[in-house]
Amino acid sequence: MRKPHYLARTVLTIIAACFALAFLMPTVLTITNSFMTQSEISANYGQVFTNVAGKDGKTYISDTVNLKFIPDKVSLTQYITVLIKSPDYLFKFWNSVILVIPIVLLQLAVASITAYGFTRWRGKVRNFLFFFYVILMLMPYQVTLVPNYLVSDWLGILNTRWAIIFPGMFAPFSVFLLTKSMRRIPGSLIEAAKLDGSSEWQIFKDICLPQCRSALYSIAILVFIDYWNMVEQPIILLPDAAKQPLSVYLSTINTSEVGLAFAIATIYMVPCLLLFLHGEDYLVEGIAHQGSVKG
Amino acid sequence: MSMSSADTLKTKKRSRGAAGTGKTPGPAAGRASKARRAWDRGNEKLLDTLRSIGFLGPSVTGVAVFFIIPFLVVVWYSVIRSPIKPEFVGLENFKNVLSNATFRTAAKNTIQFSVVAVPLAVVLSLVLALMLECRIPCKSLLRTFFLSPMMVPVASVVLIWQVVFHYNGTLNEVIAAFGIEKIDWLKSSYSQVVLIILFLWKNLGYNMILFMAALNNIPKELLEVADVEGASPVHKLFNIKLRYLSPTVLFVTILSLINSFKVFREIFLLVGAYPFEDIYMLQHFMNNTFSSQDPQKMSAAAVLMAVVMVGLIALLFKVEDIFGKDVEG
Repeated sequence: MRKPHYLARTVLTIIAACFALAFLMPTVLTITNSFMTQSEISANYGQVFTNVAGKDGKTYISDTVNLKFIPDKVSLTQYITVLIKSPDYLFKFWNSVILVIPIVLLQLAVASITAYGFTRWRGKVRNFLFFFYVILMLMPYQVTLVPNYLVSDWLGILNTRWAIIFPGMFAPFSVFLLTKSMRRIPGSLIEAAKLDGSSEWQIFKDICLPQCRSALYSIAILVFIDYWNMVEQPIILLPDAAKQPLSVYLSTINTSEVGLAFAIATIYMVPCLLLFLHGEDYLVEGIAHQGSVKG
Repeated sequence: MSMSSADTLKTKKRSRGAAGTGKTPGPAAGRASKARRAWDRGNEKLLDTLRSIGFLGPSVTGVAVFFIIPFLVVVWYSVIRSPIKPEFVGLENFKNVLSNATFRTAAKNTIQFSVVAVPLAVVLSLVLALMLECRIPCKSLLRTFFLSPMMVPVASVVLIWQVVFHYNGTLNEVIAAFGIEKIDWLKSSYSQVVLIILFLWKNLGYNMILFMAALNNIPKELLEVADVEGASPVHKLFNIKLRYLSPTVLFVTILSLINSFKVFREIFLLVGAYPFEDIYMLQHFMNNTFSSQDPQKMSAAAVLMAVVMVGLIALLFKVEDIFGKDVEG
């Protein structure tokens, strides 16, 4: 391969680095801002957030907005308020947890069984069925939420957590990804186990699942992120504000609590960042294996 | 019916007997074992089907209950007058939805957004992937940076976006320094531009990974031969790389299309349920229809969207068939 010129390479690196920093910026800013005191936040962003709610008694609002990186005085007051003094946010955080964790676990459990079914038995009907799952996976919420709403209404689970958990449990996304990775397991491995007299359940449990461990992990991260971010489903299926996850609630934050909002926003992204830092390589591998939709 | 099942039972007994007395291989025993084998084969096939149903059953049942059956009901709702008066009205509901001014605005905005944002997401992520392929230092660190927005919840960074895009916000400060007049980013015709930026910020990293993986899978020999033959980088890009990337381009396009519908999250968290007219999307329309309890309108809109999506996906598959033909196999 011909090496690009040094100059070209330097320019490329600088451009890429600038882009990369721009990508990282909002995240970093959210985190650093969460360590500011309320007065510093008001002084910096008063202009922006006063317009949202109207009156605000703060005296020292500057007329320019000051997007600051480093707080003047690092303080943990916002965190203390969020964690101890006003447990409202913690309840919402907990709402997110008890919605998302069951969805991730149940979806992976259902999907791994189904993926094994699609890997071991491939007739015309099952291939059609798999294709159907792909189409369903590609349907936007605007389409699937209407059926979800109807069925939740019939079952009487509308406005309960189950209205989100059940459709999430059967969402075809991880079936698709897991089937793709199970189909890469060499067929000879399964045949050998079969000759040794293993039952299908044993082959599934002892051979296929361990082979797909990294795929399972990366899919778990992807599903977690998707549902941790959910906004569409709770608005329609779970209108009860007390049960809504934090992802929806953060939008209704009011002026006097902007400082708190930064802290809670940071707390909210911590699980995601930890998962990301721990599983980035798996994640990249998992995404990379998606390849194409067909086959 | 009862006769044949009795026969099968007898055959089964006989074949078992023959197998048990295996020492006398007469013509009768041969017939019996043949019958047994046929029985076993049939049996095995049935068992196999049952096993496959055992594995696929739970998911298929769930999908049927939560997606398929209610969707069929949605289709039914879309062609009747009302659930109480189920009278077939043909395409009337669809006509109503299509002539609804709010729906038209929402559809126009959504289409406009997707038409601009999706190609941008595909092209820019490909450019990023090619850039990172160029042996620049700190590749994996840069990759992490690009991928990070995907992991950050929209709700968390929305505060920063508010500060940046507000009328008195950072972006206006910057452009004011260049002597450009302030723009009310979220409440003007520029609001779609803001959305496109947020969309690209969130999705480029993910797409980039997909392209990087695909670039890695291009046979190295091919590129080396091209080098030896003295092919220019541009030639290599268009005639080799892009050809091999075509399935990935399709995948990234579909993925970006799906994600472009999720931009509602950003809008909802930034400006709430009733945004400026230019960023009133189909999801807003659906939400408002939900709250107004109009199942006919809602159903017709959902069916319309499903039809459009299936059509689009089929079209993209077709396009990929044409372009990817000579690479596969």
